[in-house]
Amino acid sequence: MTEKRVLEAKSISKYFYNASTTQVLDQVSIQVNRGEFVSIMGKSGCGKSTLLYILSTMDTDYEGQLWLDGTLITGKDSTYLSQLRNEKIGFVFQFHYLLNEFTVLENVMIPALKLAKHPRAEIADRAMEKLRIFDMQDHAHKKPNQLSGGQKQRVSIARALINDPLLIMGDEPTGNLDHKNSALVFDKFKELTQELGQTLLIVTHDQEFAKSTDRTIEMEDGKVV
Amino acid sequence: MSWKLILEIAKALMLARIKQTLVAAIGVLFSISMFIALLGFMNGLNSLLDGMILNRTPHIRFYNEIKPNPNQPIELSPEFAADLHSIRSVKPSTSRLALHNSRAIIQQLEQDPRVLGVSPKLAAQVFFNVGTLDLSSNINGIDGFKETQLFGFEEYVIEGRVEDLNQLNTIILGKGVADRMMAKLGDVVQVTTAQGNRIQLKVVGVFQSGLGDFDKTNSYASLATVQKMLGQPASYLTDIQVKLHDFNQAPQLAKELGAIFELDADDIQTVNAQFETGSAVRNIISYAVGITLLVVAGFGIYNILNMMIYEKLDSIAILKAIGFSPKDVNRIFITIAILIGLVGSSLGLLVGYLLGLLIDHIPFETDALPTITTYPIDYNPKFYLIGGVFGLLTTYLAGFFPARKASSIDPVEIIRGK
Repeated sequence: MTEKRVLEAKSISKYFYNASTTQVLDQVSIQVNRGEFVSIMGKSGCGKSTLLYILSTMDTDYEGQLWLDGTLITGKDSTYLSQLRNEKIGFVFQFHYLLNEFTVLENVMIPALKLAKHPRAEIADRAMEKLRIFDMQDHAHKKPNQLSGGQKQRVSIARALINDPLLIMGDEPTGNLDHKNSALVFDKFKELTQELGQTLLIVTHDQEFAKSTDRTIEMEDGKVV
Repeated sequence: MSWKLILEIAKALMLARIKQTLVAAIGVLFSISMFIALLGFMNGLNSLLDGMILNRTPHIRFYNEIKPNPNQPIELSPEFAADLHSIRSVKPSTSRLALHNSRAIIQQLEQDPRVLGVSPKLAAQVFFNVGTLDLSSNINGIDGFKETQLFGFEEYVIEGRVEDLNQLNTIILGKGVADRMMAKLGDVVQVTTAQGNRIQLKVVGVFQSGLGDFDKTNSYASLATVQKMLGQPASYLTDIQVKLHDFNQAPQLAKELGAIFELDADDIQTVNAQFETGSAVRNIISYAVGITLLVVAGFGIYNILNMMIYEKLDSIAILKAIGFSPKDVNRIFITIAILIGLVGSSLGLLVGYLLGLLIDHIPFETDALPTITTYPIDYNPKFYLIGGVFGLLTTYLAGFFPARKASSIDPVEIIRGK
């Protein structure tokens, strides 16, 4: 059972302390299994993004337990968490966050260079391969600011894939894209789960998007509905 | 964690802000080069001025002071042994100025391993007879070879040659003395000693020490000439000048040897304390100015890094999201600071050296210093070492706080803020 379970959150609660204490998450428990395409849906302000950032290990200020790949990661130090994110989690955000100082190819390579598991030449090959999935290989040597918004987002998904992560997390990855581009990105996500068995956890407020995923976790007022 | 990647990211960030980075590096370059040039110039002048006096001053001088005899007859009387003695109107005794047993003392000094060299001297008061005028003056009987070897005498002889002193009845006049008598090389001057002996001396040289007063009242002749003038034997000396290997030992050795030889001994530190103080103060000033310049350059680096961090918040956030630890981010910005420091410092050292060379070629001619034609520069490697180390240290410190700020950026705040 644990082998199949990629991510498990046990009764996670979070408070914001801003003049008065507000509870944003109330005893949230979710699981994500290997190969699943899961979406978290809810209205703006329901705490879905907050939950995602806790699951992403970037936010460590919460109550409850977080298990990733069978290991309890609540309470680990920041260096361990960085290493873990680098190796096991790929991120796609609403904004692409590509580094304009580097080429598209280098942007995709950076997480792998950081992991330093393979020699540079091999990383470049793999990065090219990932770009090819998104039909971006021709733009590999351009700078990100020469690309359109949809193209940038595709590059950032390729970057999320470079270390063959256990799990890809997305925070409104299609939020900034027009209909055509978001359909394209969605199709790619679908392709990734079906063909490569990639596990995906995507936060969205787009009903249509959520409907087409394997499973939707709906949230309201800091609770799973 | 691979340093190559950190270096690569640091380089990319710097290239993205190449102008500011260059300005920061130029700031370091400027301050380091000024630091080097300033210290080199200041110390060059210091050692020149010190050299004017100190190089020519013996580390220890042995002589007989004119003073009352410390053993007054009343001390020997058993009748008053227990009483307090008060003697009025004591006069200096007629003990002679000449050093007793001088040859043996010189021999023993020369065998002492701490002693670099010994130069005997015989000072005599004379009058130069010029027409109807008698000019009072000192003639120093010296060993020309040793005086040159130990005190650089030859450097101050602006006309004629020191070797010519070896002939009997020759003299090298001080510039002031020569001017007053209007004596030229080859002229013969007449000298009367305090004892009334008259002697004719041939002028074989003129010296200029740079100290005008000294040049007006002093002349040099060989020991033998002066001894003959005074009608004294070859062992007759009034001073023994000693140069040591380490002049810091002078006070202690002066005490020790003075007691052994039963002579008065002056050490260089006591005689010229004010020069040491002057040099030390000038040094402190130049270090203070140099370090102030470096600190200002440090603020430049601090500014550019802070600006870079504000501009690159997104990049820092994503780097953290994809697995760079706070320590890695810290290293990236420290690397930027150190790179700026390294480039700025090394170029600064080079430019500082070139500035030194330039100053070294600016003509600087003064009557007081006949051997100097350009401004003096001290190329002591110590300054380069201090400049380099301080350059790196300030840039590191300038990078420390911005880097810490960058490493503590919360990626969630940045990414959610979009």
